[in-house]
Amino acid sequence: MGYENLSIFEQDFWDINNTLNKLLTATNSTALLLVDKAGQLITSVGNISNLDLVSFGSLAAADFAATSQLALLVGEDEFTELFHQGKQENIYITVILSRIILVVIFGKTTNLGLIRIKIKTTVSELEQIFNNIFKKLNAGDKKMKETFDDDFRKAAENELDDLFK
Amino acid sequence: MSVINYSSREITFKIVYYGTGLGGKTTNLKMIYNKISPETRGKMISLATEMDRTLFFDFLPMDIGSVKGFKTKFQLYTVPGQIYYNASRKLILKGVDGIVFVADSQIERFEDNIESVDNLLENLAEHNLKIEDIPFVMQYNKRDLPNISSIEDLQNAINPWNVPYFEAVATQGIGVFETLKSVSKMILQRL
Repeated sequence: MGYENLSIFEQDFWDINNTLNKLLTATNSTALLLVDKAGQLITSVGNISNLDLVSFGSLAAADFAATSQLALLVGEDEFTELFHQGKQENIYITVILSRIILVVIFGKTTNLGLIRIKIKTTVSELEQIFNNIFKKLNAGDKKMKETFDDDFRKAAENELDDLFK
Repeated sequence: MSVINYSSREITFKIVYYGTGLGGKTTNLKMIYNKISPETRGKMISLATEMDRTLFFDFLPMDIGSVKGFKTKFQLYTVPGQIYYNASRKLILKGVDGIVFVADSQIERFEDNIESVDNLLENLAEHNLKIEDIPFVMQYNKRDLPNISSIEDLQNAINPWNVPYFEAVATQGIGVFETLKSVSKMILQRL
């Protein structure tokens, strides 16, 4: 793996959100979250008003990582899906290109079977989008160099100084 | 691995506090949580045992505000220090942007620190990472205790890279912010 950044460009971001919104509508789920494997939230759609997204992203990635290790212990490469059942809300988790975690939060308005069927198209669309993103990143993220220049670094360092005064 | 979202204009970095069990990693995070304003910090999560020992990780999100139009965020993680939780430690290093090694300065923990640094290098290697390539600082904690190793001995034993080091008393907040500020700035420099 090595050190690598994940940059989401504007057009890709809207493509991702459109894809997620289609799944949200098709399944009548509560919310969808896309999280990178290091625990950082990429985007979310749906009703997330009562959700601490940052914590959720970090815990979902940890959940997936721990379960992947369990998979290895029983001789599997990875468990490709996780399901947690609650009284009101449930969570379904799957992985895109072994790097991105897709979380579906859903209640009684839908069911797991429907999500499992509908998510296949979403996963394949997201795979395409992320393959493109990774290709672009391999070619070098010029925008990153332009955006995060010396001015940015200085301004960020000043913010840090203020924070810890 | 920093995550940059050009659309929502956000950039997020991951900092991991590593080190031997009971060395003060969680205390560092608690101090940061207590000192920074509620607008800046998110909720602190501790996956700990009933005995208050870190089981999987502690997590503290920190938002330093908008920098040139980009919401700039740091996410701080600790690892469980005890030897037998290595599987968890390895997982938390995934996608790390910067590392703080919290060493326990007490003489009786000297060997434990060396072992923990070795373990860090091994676990990084499993992610195809080298310590030389990652923003990395040392914190020599518990400097207020009577029975402690000298800074020179600690430097020789666990800081062959000569990365910046900070003397700390995490329980009193001494050295905590300096450490975090230093690693954060190194991460920004590397962008």
